Amino acid sequence: MKGVFEIPLTRGVRLTAVWDDRFKTGCLSATLLAPHTKKTASLNAILPYVLRRGTARCPDSESLAAAMDELYGARIEPAIRKRGEVAALGFCADFPDAAFLPGRPDILSGTAYLLGELLLNPATRGGRLRGDYVRSERQNLIDDINAEINDKRAYASTKLVEAMFRGESYGVSKLGTLADAAAISPYALTKYYKELIATAPLELFYCGAEEPERVARVLREALASLPRTGAFAMPTTQVRTGFGDVKEKILRETMDVTQGRLVMGFRLDRAASQEEPRYAALAVFNALFGGSATSRLFLNVRERMALCYYAGSTVDRNKGAMFVSAGIDPDKFDEVHDEILSQLASLANGFIEPWELEAAKRGVIGSLLASLDEPTGLEGLYLDRAILGSRPGPEEFAALCELVTAEDVAAVASEAKLTHTYFLTAEADGDA
Amino acid sequence: MLKKKEYALVGETAFTAETESGLRVTVVPKPGFRKSMAFLAVNYGGADREFTLSGERFSTPSGTAHFVEHRLFEVEGQANALTTLSERGANANAFTSPDMTAYHFECTDSFFENLRLLLQFVSTPYFTGEGVDRERAIIAQEIRMMEDDPEDAVYYALLRCLYAAPALRESVAGTEESIAAITAQTLRSAHRAFYTPRNMALVVVGDQDPKRVLETAEELMPETFAPMPVRVPEKPEGPLPLKMSDQRAMDVGAPLFLAGAKTKSGLLGRESVKFELTATLALSTLLGSASPLYRELYDAGAINETFGYDFENTAGYSQLSFGGETQKPEYVCMRVLEEAADLAARGIDPAFFARRKKTALGAALRAAGSFENICCNVAAGGFSGYDYFNTVEVLNTVTAEDVRAFLAEYMTVDRCAISIITKKGQST
Repeated sequence: MKGVFEIPLTRGVRLTAVWDDRFKTGCLSATLLAPHTKKTASLNAILPYVLRRGTARCPDSESLAAAMDELYGARIEPAIRKRGEVAALGFCADFPDAAFLPGRPDILSGTAYLLGELLLNPATRGGRLRGDYVRSERQNLIDDINAEINDKRAYASTKLVEAMFRGESYGVSKLGTLADAAAISPYALTKYYKELIATAPLELFYCGAEEPERVARVLREALASLPRTGAFAMPTTQVRTGFGDVKEKILRETMDVTQGRLVMGFRLDRAASQEEPRYAALAVFNALFGGSATSRLFLNVRERMALCYYAGSTVDRNKGAMFVSAGIDPDKFDEVHDEILSQLASLANGFIEPWELEAAKRGVIGSLLASLDEPTGLEGLYLDRAILGSRPGPEEFAALCELVTAEDVAAVASEAKLTHTYFLTAEADGDA
Repeated sequence: MLKKKEYALVGETAFTAETESGLRVTVVPKPGFRKSMAFLAVNYGGADREFTLSGERFSTPSGTAHFVEHRLFEVEGQANALTTLSERGANANAFTSPDMTAYHFECTDSFFENLRLLLQFVSTPYFTGEGVDRERAIIAQEIRMMEDDPEDAVYYALLRCLYAAPALRESVAGTEESIAAITAQTLRSAHRAFYTPRNMALVVVGDQDPKRVLETAEELMPETFAPMPVRVPEKPEGPLPLKMSDQRAMDVGAPLFLAGAKTKSGLLGRESVKFELTATLALSTLLGSASPLYRELYDAGAINETFGYDFENTAGYSQLSFGGETQKPEYVCMRVLEEAADLAARGIDPAFFARRKKTALGAALRAAGSFENICCNVAAGGFSGYDYFNTVEVLNTVTAEDVRAFLAEYMTVDRCAISIITKKGQST
């Protein structure tokens, strides 16, 4: 890596360029940051897909695909990500490095211009986003929401989050609700789109062999018609605290499944998640509790007790929440539920072996450093950084992880408050 | 001795050698990268159930290769190897496919320590009855997880339509019934037969010294003088499906389907690479997102972004498949086959084909950027006699006529079977 450059392009638009000639594919992304709310979730989720249907110059999928074929199969894919209560929506592109192509074509410019067109010059009719495209993507969005049930593990997580964060924007799924999706009209979406490109912060990311100054120049041209009139306020996430006395609420649903899916939701103290040294502790805690192959959940629930194929934890630092998920025999709910809580209690009481603390640190640092060797890994890291504001870089963060003590881990464990448990289980005999 | 070979078209260099014991070693240097990957593959997978070793015949239950993979991480008198690798910050895992079992790790630190452990634990089994019983419960949960997954269900139902041979019809994990018959002795026999250096390959991708990798492999994979296993071949499969369709209901949001056909079998070497590239180009030309047919079906709302295609070449057999979520599975399948017949009769527009080839070149380069993909393909190439890094060179030889001929031969009504998952309580 030759360096990471942050270049402000225009008002509310920042380019992060990782200058690196080790890769065979370059990576370019353009991401608008908008509040994720019940009102906006479906609009955010559909917008990149409608824009991806066609531009003024390439108005349909065939002509767009032809343009991308000429760029040696450059891909420009719609992306919608939820980080806390921030929606990150736009496009992620990757394209082969010119050095490996006959005649060294200028793939970067071609991809950047096409990306700019997708974002700023969509196919329209009478000044509105095309009605046929909006209606067709609306149906696709409705189908996607209905298809959430196909992946039982993900479905169980969605149901838990919905129940646990009822009344908070975070509880709304990334795709929004069926009713909101069905209500999207070409008029409303066009209005929302125009407002968004004028006022939302726009994060650009590039990783590849081209000089950052050149990348900035190309992107300035590609985005020359970007309207910029807003305040570009960075959307934020509301973190609620004070769940100390909340009693666990257990929800069950039955379905035609052979395996039960258990998900448990914990609230974490705000300070534990959003400040960097505390986040290092949270990351190490998660690896130790359920985020790695040396974790308590993997070694006990799976290996020692043979109760599942997967059992693991994830944390959302933006919202201050932790989720534990396991696929288990429908009859083993109590056993698994109790074991998970007793492992958490043991950590909270400070029973932490030096080897497991060390292993958790090696795991967190190892995967962080490995992600610096992948363009998409870098893209994700720098997007998270943009959303949370200026933070230490990955190397400094790795150094902070080294400093985490057993007391820090115990402190995070004791801050975790279980508020909701969701169990998707088999219909007949497994139903308690 | 290490042989160095440079591949200008993809900008890679590979060092290859064979240890005294016959283990194939390949090192692909990646200067400037902090992470390295090591990948130890065995030419043995879920489809290898019947074999002979020194004349003795073995018949193993479905799921044996996968069970070996799960239990092999156990080390006598020490911590489980997965735990030890993870403790050192390595990201380790393993998988079993119909024709390969592979153990791999990626790390940014302690590479040679980890490599030694990898070579040791894979070549030193420690199978106990108690461990096997515990693992059976874990694998049963893995099997149930797959049973509940509509994409797995639609895929295996298609395989059961296409193939007669049990080994090609079943998931590598086996069934809860078949794994009940697996004992520590089953695992020992399978390991003794297949985990012999001559039947294995080691691939390392990263900024590591090839000579030291080879020396480590020489030291830890000594000559075993073990006989090579001989697979008992399945009864030859005819070109047509066993059954034309399968339909089942599940708790899904929208119906989905997967249609497919058996293609060539017994492919080896460069021919198999060319056939695979031809198949992929044919499918992308016919129904990829750049095709007129994709646009027609997508614009009509008959397919959504889940629609896609695949070509697989494993365990001596190959098949094509296409499908996704749709309210009209039979209609979509019929339109695909009509369009295929049309293209086969009309021929492929040269300009369109030239563009599709540019995209195929981009895709080959993208794939060559992934460490795991390099490892997997270099190992598979070693087992079936082709050189992965020549992919781009082979791609350049595929013609529009190859693609047309592929569509004419395989994308036909009598060859394609269809597997459909309907929504429970809703009929199609």
